[in-house]
Amino acid sequence: MSDLFSVTSAPHVRDKMDTKRIMLLVIVSLLPASVFGICNFGIRALLVILATVISAVVSEYVYEFIVKKKSTINDLSAVVTGLLLALNLPHTIPIWMAVLGGAFAIIVVKMLFGGLGQNFMNPALGARCFLVISFTAQMTSFTYDGVTGATPLAQLKAGESVNVMKMLLGTEAGTIGETSVIALLLGAVILILFGVIDLRIPGTYILTFAIFVVLFGGRGLDITYLVAQICGGGLILGAFFMATDYVTSPITPMGKILFGICLGVLTGIFRIFGASAEGVSYAIIISNLLVPLIERVTVPRAFGIQREKEGEA
Amino acid sequence: MGLRTFKGGVHPYDGKDLSKAKPTKELLPVGDLVFPLSQHIGAPATPLVSVGDSVLVGQKIAEAGGFVSAPIYSSVSGTVKAIEPRRVAVGDMVNSIIIENDGNYMEAGFEETQDVTQLRKEEIIHKIKEAGVVGMGGAGFPTHVKLSPKNPDKIEYVIANCAECEPFLTSDYRRMIEEPEKLVEGMRIILQLFDHAKGYFGVEDNKPDAIQKLMELTKDEPRMKVVPLITKYPQGGERQLIKAVTDREINSKMLPADAGCIVDNVETIVAVYNAVRYGRPLTDRIFTVTGDAVMEPRNFKIKIGTNFAELLEAAGGLKNPAKKMIAGGPMMGFALFDINIPTTKTTSALLCMTEDEASKYEETACINCGRCVEACPEGLIPSRLADYSQHGQKAVFEKWYGLECIECGSCSYGCPARRPLAQAIKTMKKQVLADKRKKK
Repeated sequence: MSDLFSVTSAPHVRDKMDTKRIMLLVIVSLLPASVFGICNFGIRALLVILATVISAVVSEYVYEFIVKKKSTINDLSAVVTGLLLALNLPHTIPIWMAVLGGAFAIIVVKMLFGGLGQNFMNPALGARCFLVISFTAQMTSFTYDGVTGATPLAQLKAGESVNVMKMLLGTEAGTIGETSVIALLLGAVILILFGVIDLRIPGTYILTFAIFVVLFGGRGLDITYLVAQICGGGLILGAFFMATDYVTSPITPMGKILFGICLGVLTGIFRIFGASAEGVSYAIIISNLLVPLIERVTVPRAFGIQREKEGEA
Repeated sequence: MGLRTFKGGVHPYDGKDLSKAKPTKELLPVGDLVFPLSQHIGAPATPLVSVGDSVLVGQKIAEAGGFVSAPIYSSVSGTVKAIEPRRVAVGDMVNSIIIENDGNYMEAGFEETQDVTQLRKEEIIHKIKEAGVVGMGGAGFPTHVKLSPKNPDKIEYVIANCAECEPFLTSDYRRMIEEPEKLVEGMRIILQLFDHAKGYFGVEDNKPDAIQKLMELTKDEPRMKVVPLITKYPQGGERQLIKAVTDREINSKMLPADAGCIVDNVETIVAVYNAVRYGRPLTDRIFTVTGDAVMEPRNFKIKIGTNFAELLEAAGGLKNPAKKMIAGGPMMGFALFDINIPTTKTTSALLCMTEDEASKYEETACINCGRCVEACPEGLIPSRLADYSQHGQKAVFEKWYGLECIECGSCSYGCPARRPLAQAIKTMKKQVLADKRKKK
């Protein structure tokens, strides 16, 4: 027969949301922070963003061309990686380093482990840490309005006072995308409204970290200090945009909460007891490595299973 | 109190507007009728007629092949033309009785019962069994077996599954709007079997008129209650419905009766009423013909055994070329490569779609987003189960509760990577269950 109908297994309908649309939403949600970064740090910030994004996309294309795989640049995940990396870099970084970072993120952290969905570490953060270790001076010197200055978190560490209002607005020294808490939260609201992320990871992360700071920060319940700790050092950027990276966070609902707690504790340890003022990147990367373990201990009970056990007992 | 529901689920486009407004039309078939001997769970029925025999409407043409089985009745009068394997909706070839319709609809005699309250419990069960009533929502479990639990006194809830959560289907809705009395009377009969039970009608809140009608009819009934439910797929899944109505949970190894529940869908309860009150065997049902490819989507009261193609014709045929034909709804229905198949007791709809969304998209890598986990009404991790299925890891599959899957398809529906999750899990489930049977 010539006109047989199409046969597939049920279900026969699909939701409109696909990977590309999710990535697009993430890009849109990062726009407020990116645009603010460009306004705050000038055209140089735009160049860094373009450098990492183009480098990430081209790296993915070239890698897949060489290993004869089907190109996946259309899913926009490389754009997200590039953009996130740029937001984690100081605008003063030499462009070639930004390009190198984008290539490292895609080729070493993502593609060598099997591409999208297989990497065990957030590619953008992996690349950032690689850059920090390799080019410590360029990665940790921040200028604002032409003046070299410490980030608010470094000032806090040194026992100086900071301007919390400036931290909320973002008119401060820092990486391109981490400074404006308001712009970041605007993006986070977009992600939550469109169902891309939920509050399990960022909520428990920030809450745990806050409790940790109150307990071990040595300042007690000093609200200004607490808010400064939460708003500074890329915590908001990390909590809403990097820790929530699907691939490198647990899939189980309880696992997400446990993951958030790990992040909060590790960030607290690094910041308060560590030598450096920051700690978000390392906390996320280390927690990424814990994900398989976290998932194993948080396999949810299936519907109706508990009841059966009670019945047996 | 807020509306009740379960955890998980999805909200697919419901498409019910296409067919819900038009009244049900009785459709008398013209062509031959085909009665597969296996249209229920359990042993196939055994033919009682031979080629050349003449039969009447409501005449038993095949008897139950065991306790878990059901007899089959002719829905038309005519002559037995053949007994041979025919293809059915799920794709198998099933031995079937083919009857040439004489168009006269001569009826066999039926034994009415004026006052059903005088019937003893065994008599009611016997009438239901003799009428060949099976679960008409799709599973086809013989109703007399379901209504004979080990301990009838422990049954506290008789739940009428009026959710109709499957998109596009409106047959239960039409039944509730047009003949709600039959549903209520059917419930009354079932409650007669269970002294300690109350009757609950679980209806999704996208059918406010049905809820209102049932509420009016049951307002003076101390033993009946209408429970509006949140509209969400798969609200009509047996376990999900029990959870929503009673807050009790059962798993794959348990029967609803283990949680003190009996669940039957709308058509089944109406069939129970017809069987007990009028002695009429199960020979017709409401059937939805719908989809964006159909000229006039609507519901028909059909003679079971009518060919799908005849039903499509009755709905005005196709207005757009159809790419996909589905027996049932878009979430759990079976795709048909050819619509020259018979309706059975369990087929509730023909859905004709101009688009095949399932094969339109290309599968990409899992991004671990967890949408399948959020959607799964059984609290499973479908993406991992699908991995285990693809890698043949049966032990882990079972350990992660793969056998609890109810095959609702919510995971595949919401997967942004377009992975065929439900398909992979279903395949593995079959293999694991087959292994278990072998071991026994």
